[in-house]
Amino acid sequence: MNDLKQHVLELLCQDCRMPVDQIAVMLGANPTDVSAAIKQMEDDRVIVQYRPVVDWNQTERTFVEAMISVKVTPQRDQGFDAVAKRIGGFEEVRSVFLMSGAYDLLVLLEAPTLKELAYFVSEKLSTLDTVTGTSTSFVLKRYKEDGVMFGEKKEDQRLVISP
Amino acid sequence: MAFNPLVESVPPSGIRKFFDIAGSIANVISLGIGEPDFVTPYHIRSAVMDSLMDGETQYTANYGLIELRREIAGYLSSRFHVTYDPESEVLVTVGASEAIDMVMRGLLAPGDEVILPDPGYVSYQPCVIFAGGTPVAVPTSPENGFVITPEALESAITPRTKAVFLAYPCNPTGAVMPLEQMQKIAEIVTKHDLLLICDDIYIELVYDGFRQESFASLPGMKERTILINGFSKSFAMTGFRVGYICAPDKLLKNPAKIHQYAIMCASRASQVAAIQALKQGRQDNYHDIQVMRDSYDRRRRLMYNALTDMGLACYEPRGAFYLFPSIAGTGMDSDTFCERLLKEQAVVCIPGTAFGACGEGFIRCCYATDIDKMGEAFQRMRVFLSRD
Repeated sequence: MNDLKQHVLELLCQDCRMPVDQIAVMLGANPTDVSAAIKQMEDDRVIVQYRPVVDWNQTERTFVEAMISVKVTPQRDQGFDAVAKRIGGFEEVRSVFLMSGAYDLLVLLEAPTLKELAYFVSEKLSTLDTVTGTSTSFVLKRYKEDGVMFGEKKEDQRLVISP
Repeated sequence: MAFNPLVESVPPSGIRKFFDIAGSIANVISLGIGEPDFVTPYHIRSAVMDSLMDGETQYTANYGLIELRREIAGYLSSRFHVTYDPESEVLVTVGASEAIDMVMRGLLAPGDEVILPDPGYVSYQPCVIFAGGTPVAVPTSPENGFVITPEALESAITPRTKAVFLAYPCNPTGAVMPLEQMQKIAEIVTKHDLLLICDDIYIELVYDGFRQESFASLPGMKERTILINGFSKSFAMTGFRVGYICAPDKLLKNPAKIHQYAIMCASRASQVAAIQALKQGRQDNYHDIQVMRDSYDRRRRLMYNALTDMGLACYEPRGAFYLFPSIAGTGMDSDTFCERLLKEQAVVCIPGTAFGACGEGFIRCCYATDIDKMGEAFQRMRVFLSRD
């Protein structure tokens, strides 16, 4: 990846709504080159999606989240990839990571109710041939996500004028 | 009752009035701030918390914690290739501001002249006056990149000249001084056997690949240079108030004596923060500075583009975090422009005259400001300029 793409990504990760013209000015680059870099990264699925970071605690939406550590049997020639994709295919699954340590995969799961989440673990996840064990931890509260702390925005503490 | 005439002779700060006006207006956006908009890096704050929890709350040596002085000497050696003895050539102060005061009071005899570029930081001239010296302002302008020229310096020197006080990158103009020009200035300073005081507080905040050298690192200059620096700008540690003076023992002993009697020592907690800042920097090649510098650089381009786009001719600075556009085309003086902009559009800029007579016709705008807020400020400034 070239420098321009790297720098464009840095700015989009700060604010994915930042206009191309502004990005170009901030990087001292040509707007056409910035547009092309973004398009290329979208095509290459380097940039996969643009989404807000949401503090759901402040909304009416209710749901249950769990982190499930999953022990699996790696498959010949495919290692953990095939089973990770198999698990990731379920719409309840938000994220899947291959982990070091006692368990192999960490699965972040989301379901409308506890009952549905329990059903998913017991009936869909645990029953996969390659899954040999699971350990479920429920998310009680989110404090920080994607580098952003939840809660009230801290006001600028600086004096309005200083020399 | 008569009070100290030296103090009485200095007019009140030119920005005080704006502070009062801004306090009476809602939704003010300030481009008038002179400090980073980053919070001090977490690892630094964390180190201070650990230190406090460990009960490290005592006085330190007058010169500062030896561990910090060693870190400072190491930092200057590795970054700017100038070596100081941490035992006798480094004095830790309460910010670079105290350092400026100590140096003036320690080194100036009554009537000594100190040559300073105009515009320049607000405290330089008052500190010279408070110390009984005479400031000699040398005009700078966009035409000469807001740096003092060798010719202008030479013509300002008199038999009473004691020192030349330079600070690059410059607050308020953002000007930097290229090495070739520094060498010419150094030659003149040496020829006339003067002292050179350099305030390097913004030296890490330079852009476009420019590297600002310190006068202390030029050949033969360490012996006559008093280097002032601090942690406020490079490490976003303004509220910690920790800076330092580095100079040969013969030049440092007087400022250190005043510091010893007037201040005793900088806050231990702040010194701990400074140690952590430099230690970590040594290990990760000053990653904190790099991240902040990149962010300022991007916002510098954004503000430069916006100001020139709205018709304010602007010298493109390569340091600090200020732009210093000309508002001469509006027909208003700096003070009127800033007062009306604040009252009519709730945007704070600082009149150039707060930084010296040569600041007339200019305003200082700080881009260490949130991007969305800057965008809103530009919008309001466009409205202001279109109405006038």
